Amino acid sequence: MESAWIALSLSLKVAGWATALNAVLGIGIAWALARWRFPGRELVDAILTLPMVLPPTVLGYYLLVLIGRNGPIGAFLQQHFGITLIFSFAGAVIAATIVALPLVLKSARAAFETIDPQFERAAKVLGLSPVAVFFRVTLPLARRGIVAGLLLAFARALGEFGATLMVAGSIPGRTQTLSIAVYEAVQAGQDATANLLVAVVSVTCILILLAVGRLTPTRQA
Amino acid sequence: MIRPFFRTILFALTAAALSAGTTAQSAELTVSAAASLQNAFREIAVAWEREHPGDRVLLNFAASGTLLQQIIQGAPVDVFASADEETMDRATDKGQVDEATRRDFAGNTLVVIVPARTSAARIPGSLAALQASSVQRIAIGDPRSVPAGRYAQAALQAAPGANGYQALETKWIHAQSVRQVLDYVARGEVDAGFVYATDAALMKERVRIAFPVEASKPVRYPAAVLRHAPQPALAASFVEFLVAPQGQDILARFGFAPPGQ
Repeated sequence: MESAWIALSLSLKVAGWATALNAVLGIGIAWALARWRFPGRELVDAILTLPMVLPPTVLGYYLLVLIGRNGPIGAFLQQHFGITLIFSFAGAVIAATIVALPLVLKSARAAFETIDPQFERAAKVLGLSPVAVFFRVTLPLARRGIVAGLLLAFARALGEFGATLMVAGSIPGRTQTLSIAVYEAVQAGQDATANLLVAVVSVTCILILLAVGRLTPTRQA
Repeated sequence: MIRPFFRTILFALTAAALSAGTTAQSAELTVSAAASLQNAFREIAVAWEREHPGDRVLLNFAASGTLLQQIIQGAPVDVFASADEETMDRATDKGQVDEATRRDFAGNTLVVIVPARTSAARIPGSLAALQASSVQRIAIGDPRSVPAGRYAQAALQAAPGANGYQALETKWIHAQSVRQVLDYVARGEVDAGFVYATDAALMKERVRIAFPVEASKPVRYPAAVLRHAPQPALAASFVEFLVAPQGQDILARFGFAPPGQ
């Protein structure tokens, strides 16, 4: 019983971190993709969208090979900073972040692209710096799409299972998130625990989807 | 000119039709076997199919506890081969097993393995040595569903200076099957792990056996026909094949011990 709440709070922490990271990464990259013209732009978009379509096991394997103790990134961090990502909270956050990134990226890019550039130009002419234009004009105009994307990303990160299991393992209190706890409970035949866990995660996800529904622009049309 | 929407649907239907066309018409025997049996059972299935022309064996591998849950939930399985008596006993208690068909068909040894690159000084020599600071992370099958994990837990509890399992609490990395433990050790992601000798033998270049674990009870593999087996006659012949000379030869080749020992 108590372990269910530990798993829930861990899941919320992982999803929270993943969403925060995606707010910076996803919005930044989406803005760059929407505003800059450069060769290979659509290729970058496609590669960053991959986590949404790739099987989680493929993603988990990529991560295991890259950030594992013997992987190029993992070995570097281990040698120079003594950081081990595999089987750690950070590993779970990385997996959830990458899996949820496309959701922020896609909706934020679409939101940026629907903004009439005249607003931004007008703000510039009126003397705002480019940074101020972004934070005071562009971002507020794209707010709805971005917030909806972030909520979906949060829900996706909360439900992340496959890649997390491969990279972060299943350590109670450290990397055993709600979805992994469900899997383990079912495998061990602990149906009572599983029932509680799926109820908690279902209610949380419904609340998020309701919130997304209220923010989606089509509602107003 | 087909509109994109219909083209998408057409594509999906074609893919579905093509995949449906490959389904075999002959009798299919579904065998759920413990993860550690993977390589040996693939060969046994081929040998059995040779004796039963037209019939096919579908192999389903996972931790024994996972397989048990699938069976309890109504999976249409014919033969269940578990890595310990306890899981088979639980299946029996749940009324899933045709008890008359139950046979012990193999034995095994639990070992502690380390990545092959581990320097000699850091290789633990006993269960007590796992407490050393040079061993940071130890992979073990989740004792609730993986027999190898349960054997390891029992051995640690029985070893002198008891409560060995709890003492290593901060080092455990729980795996979903004994083969995942093998993979974690082979990749060097953990410093040690509990697997069977037959698993370690599959990756001789990448893992090294540190020491065999003195088991508190022998590692033994029972197999049985399930009560709701779709193909009970074929299932019985498969279980008998395991204890017959052909089956035993293949198992021995993969390093399994005869069931009696």
